[in-house]
Amino acid sequence: MKQYQCVVCGFIYDEALGMPEDGIAAGTLWDDVPADWECPDCGVSKADFDMVAL
Amino acid sequence: MSSAPIVIVGSGLAGYTVAREFRRLDRQTPLVVITRDHGGFYSKPMLSNALASNKTAASLVMKPVQKMAEELAADIRCHSSVKHLDTASQTLTLDNGDTLVWRDLVLALGADPIAPNLPGSAGDEMLSVNDLDDYARFSERLSGRDRVVILGGGLIGCEFANDLLSRGVTPVVLDPGQGPLSRLLPPQASAWLSDKLRAAGVQFEWGVTATAVDRAAGSEQLEVTLSDGRKLSAGLVLSAIGLRPRVGVAQAAGLNVHRGIVTDAHLATSAEHVYAVGDCAEVVGHSLPYVLPLMSQGRALAATLAGARTPVVYPAMAVTVKTPACPTVVCPPPLATPGVWEERVSEQGFEARCLDTDGSLLGFALLGSATTQKQALVAQVRPWLS
Repeated sequence: MKQYQCVVCGFIYDEALGMPEDGIAAGTLWDDVPADWECPDCGVSKADFDMVAL
Repeated sequence: MSSAPIVIVGSGLAGYTVAREFRRLDRQTPLVVITRDHGGFYSKPMLSNALASNKTAASLVMKPVQKMAEELAADIRCHSSVKHLDTASQTLTLDNGDTLVWRDLVLALGADPIAPNLPGSAGDEMLSVNDLDDYARFSERLSGRDRVVILGGGLIGCEFANDLLSRGVTPVVLDPGQGPLSRLLPPQASAWLSDKLRAAGVQFEWGVTATAVDRAAGSEQLEVTLSDGRKLSAGLVLSAIGLRPRVGVAQAAGLNVHRGIVTDAHLATSAEHVYAVGDCAEVVGHSLPYVLPLMSQGRALAATLAGARTPVVYPAMAVTVKTPACPTVVCPPPLATPGVWEERVSEQGFEARCLDTDGSLLGFALLGSATTQKQALVAQVRPWLS
């Protein structure tokens, strides 16, 4: 399980935790997060995330 | 004028977001970006937590200007600023005397930090961090300093204070108010945040302002005089008292300007073919210097510029305050609608909901473990601009 950080706002997506409140179950890999998902903090789309592994 | 370009003034998040979103819809129309800096792409919100993540000014640049020019198929004019706009002939003049005719002009000028202009022998040595070049100066002058006085206990002041802790620097925050984020948080929530930040090592001085900054004789240290007469010694003084939208060039061109450059829901200013986005814009009365509104603006304006007139829509937005010592999320209630705060405190978290007379949710503040409720709550708040 990895963590990824939004390069625009610093939001961290933790695969282990997922985002259950957004319908993304705990344990969802970043690759499996839907393409239309947006960063909950800044609205950047997944394609623009350039999520970096921490 | 079909061959005239779309000209974007500013290469911050607002300007580059419009450019990127526009290029998704239109690869043909020429695009020019005018920028005062190097034109590399970086994210301003990352400046206030760059120390903890060991970022340097260089490593904060995610894409250098050449890469941006290539990706956006844009002519990017670096180290260049706009001197004059002529909205009648749709022509602008740059500081080097060049002129450019626009098809559509997008003003993404940003905002200037408000300078406190303090007297004293080091009054002009105060720093503020509002862009990447500022950050470079700040991080360079920080080396060897163990104490930094920060003017202003708002969002930026608190974020920098928390970030400095990661370098073993003691931040001392001064503010005329009575607690951190006093304009965003209800008093109890502000007090809760204050306790957590204090416990982590931030020092606060409430109800005071700085009245002078002097260089201590024969020393590297600065001496800050407070409004109550006390003096504090500091290695650096950082000003974080607020931002003022950059409106000068728009005002001189006769555009309608209030606090920011006034636009309608289509981000159109009072002059045809001139738009404004980001921190310089006041969109239907809203000046919201956060990333989320800027993304909504960028997408709406890109669609409009590509031929599908689209108004900007703001859902209710929750602002995340980057204070890891006390995670904080605020969805401020509208000023015009007075609500009643209901607060719930536990060991790990603080939750405050602002309720209307009919019980509907107007806004909220979540601290500590309560921040996990953000998504659930923000969905219940009515849109800010629909």
